[in-house]
Amino acid sequence: MGKIELVGVEKAFGNVHVIRNVHLQVEDGEFVVFVGPSGCGKSTLLRLIAGLEDTTGGKILIDGTDVSDTPPAKRGLSMVFQSYALYPHMSVRSNIGFGLRMAGMPKEERNRKVEAAAQVLNLTPYLDRRPGQLSGGQRQRVAIGRAIVREPKAFLFDEPLSNLDAALRVNMRLEIARLQDTLGTTAIYVTHDQIEAMTLADKIVVLSAGQIEQVGSPLELYDHPANLFVAGFIGSPKMNFVTGQAAAARGAATIGVRPEHIAGSRTDGEWAGTVTVAEHVGSDTFLYVAVPGIGDITMRAVGEFALKPGESVYLTPDPDRIHRFDAEGQAMLAAR
Amino acid sequence: MARRISTTHRVTATAAGWLVGFLIFFPILWMVLTSFKTELDAFSTPPQFLFFHWTTENYAIVQERSNYLHHAMNSIILAFGSTAVALVVAIPAAWSMAFAPTKRTRDTLLWMLSTKMMPPVGVLVPIYLLFRDGGLLDTHIGLIMVEFLANLPIVVWMLYTYFKEIPKDILEAARMDGATIGKELIFVLAPMAVPGIASTVLLNVILAWNEAFWTLNLTTVDAAPLTTFIASYSSPEGLFWAKLSAASTLAIAPILVLGWFSQKQLVRGLTFGAVK
Ligand SMILES: Nc1ncnc2c1ncn2[C@@H]1O[C@H](COP(=O)(O)OP(=O)(O)OP(=O)(O)O)[C@@H](O)[C@H]1O
Ligand SMILES: [Mg+2]
Repeated sequence: MGKIELVGVEKAFGNVHVIRNVHLQVEDGEFVVFVGPSGCGKSTLLRLIAGLEDTTGGKILIDGTDVSDTPPAKRGLSMVFQSYALYPHMSVRSNIGFGLRMAGMPKEERNRKVEAAAQVLNLTPYLDRRPGQLSGGQRQRVAIGRAIVREPKAFLFDEPLSNLDAALRVNMRLEIARLQDTLGTTAIYVTHDQIEAMTLADKIVVLSAGQIEQVGSPLELYDHPANLFVAGFIGSPKMNFVTGQAAAARGAATIGVRPEHIAGSRTDGEWAGTVTVAEHVGSDTFLYVAVPGIGDITMRAVGEFALKPGESVYLTPDPDRIHRFDAEGQAMLAAR
Repeated sequence: MARRISTTHRVTATAAGWLVGFLIFFPILWMVLTSFKTELDAFSTPPQFLFFHWTTENYAIVQERSNYLHHAMNSIILAFGSTAVALVVAIPAAWSMAFAPTKRTRDTLLWMLSTKMMPPVGVLVPIYLLFRDGGLLDTHIGLIMVEFLANLPIVVWMLYTYFKEIPKDILEAARMDGATIGKELIFVLAPMAVPGIASTVLLNVILAWNEAFWTLNLTTVDAAPLTTFIASYSSPEGLFWAKLSAASTLAIAPILVLGWFSQKQLVRGLTFGAVK
């Protein structure tokens, strides 16, 4: 079991409030991803759950028990750090087995478990090496091995893939997804990578300035962002925001439309503009268009759309996919 | 682009380096040479550099007059004993300052170091009285306590600097893995800090070995280390340069050998933080 509940959690360093009144429910076996801009408190929130930092208010419950005053070792969680944080003076075998050794497990049983974990992670040939003799990806797998071997109630990941190159990142992402799926262990994962968040998460938690902006499944957040912040944060390229006339005409202070929900045409459409930058990547075409009276709009066309900077283009937002926001930046019901 | 260094430049620089090295080394060389002279040659003007009557009689006399091994043993006990006690106290202290600092940690560190700026003679009388009344004069325990306390600030500082270099993540990983503070210290921090601890031990042993003020004032025979042994040759009956030199050579020989074999550690220890 690994059900985690945050009830009004607060954290202040001196008089700087880093986490403010966070309420969150993580169900057993769920994969939850924390996203948000740099410095918004993702790592801090994760460390509060881990017990590496003490809360200054509120409660943290694991399987219904208040663990706010329980030391990290007793919470039954394991953590994968961005820096891997392997023990440099120990072999891979001892690194993975360290937690079991601390728990007083006899050597034979420990070895069996370590070898099983190494098998799953393709680390068997490296068991007797030191971390310094491994590649980045292998180190990351050792760190994951160290986390799974203890059969924790939940995994905590703090940007575990951000030190890897792009190709490896994709592989490891799939590996983590597969692993979490087979083990069925609760996971909380911090990232600022959109794709990681969207692909891994059962539930995404969007944080900003120490507060939760919205919680929901990836598609819920994409289709129904609760406010301007979430709308701008989820999705890449970013949602276009338009204020003024065009918004007022739809009864909103701001309207938002994603680049992929705008149709482009050479001949006619709702907004006439001029292409300023055109990016052709083969599978998609990204156009940056200056529209008089509206502003700069990004649009995305599937496949090749042969337009060059300086040419004129007509843009038409999909009326069903226009998001409306009131003056406070909150989403207004019934997008239309 | 690598900087080009002309041959002349290299020759002058090398010569200058050797000259400075020789100047620094000269007193030690002179002491060793003097130890092989007769008392008469030791005094002669102009001084004789190499062409004198070489003799080992000073060593024989020194060995006869006093028990070198006894003092050497005391030096070892004091140097290593005080270092061991210092480590036991300083490792946890440095750990807490490096990994669980408070607002006052910086001040505490500075204050500790500032105690080294006080001349020891300032507290000689109270300490002497404490030792006299506590029956600690001329005992190993007493001397170890004094030397340990005298060097503690330096030991804490050095270890603190080393510990600061250890990534906090790794200790946190150990904590997540269920290590208690004690186990974290023994299984993770200490092994990672071995090079740092080694240079600290080395420096502290050398400092304690050469420490003369307290040993001269608080010991006579039983716990007297080599510093006292040397000093006994500058006696009221007059200075015996050759014998004094022989005694000094004997006293510094062990530490010189130790220092020679651990140069690398020492340099790393002393320049720590200056170069990465
Ligand atoms: N020990 C600390 N003392 C004081 N302030 C801290 C401390 N740790 C973090 N903070 C502050 O708390 C805020 C949140 O930090 P945190 O590391 O949680 O951000 P983050 O969302 O993980 O950012 P990133 O994406 O860059 O990792 C930051 O403004 C940071 O400066
Ligand atoms: Mg972070």
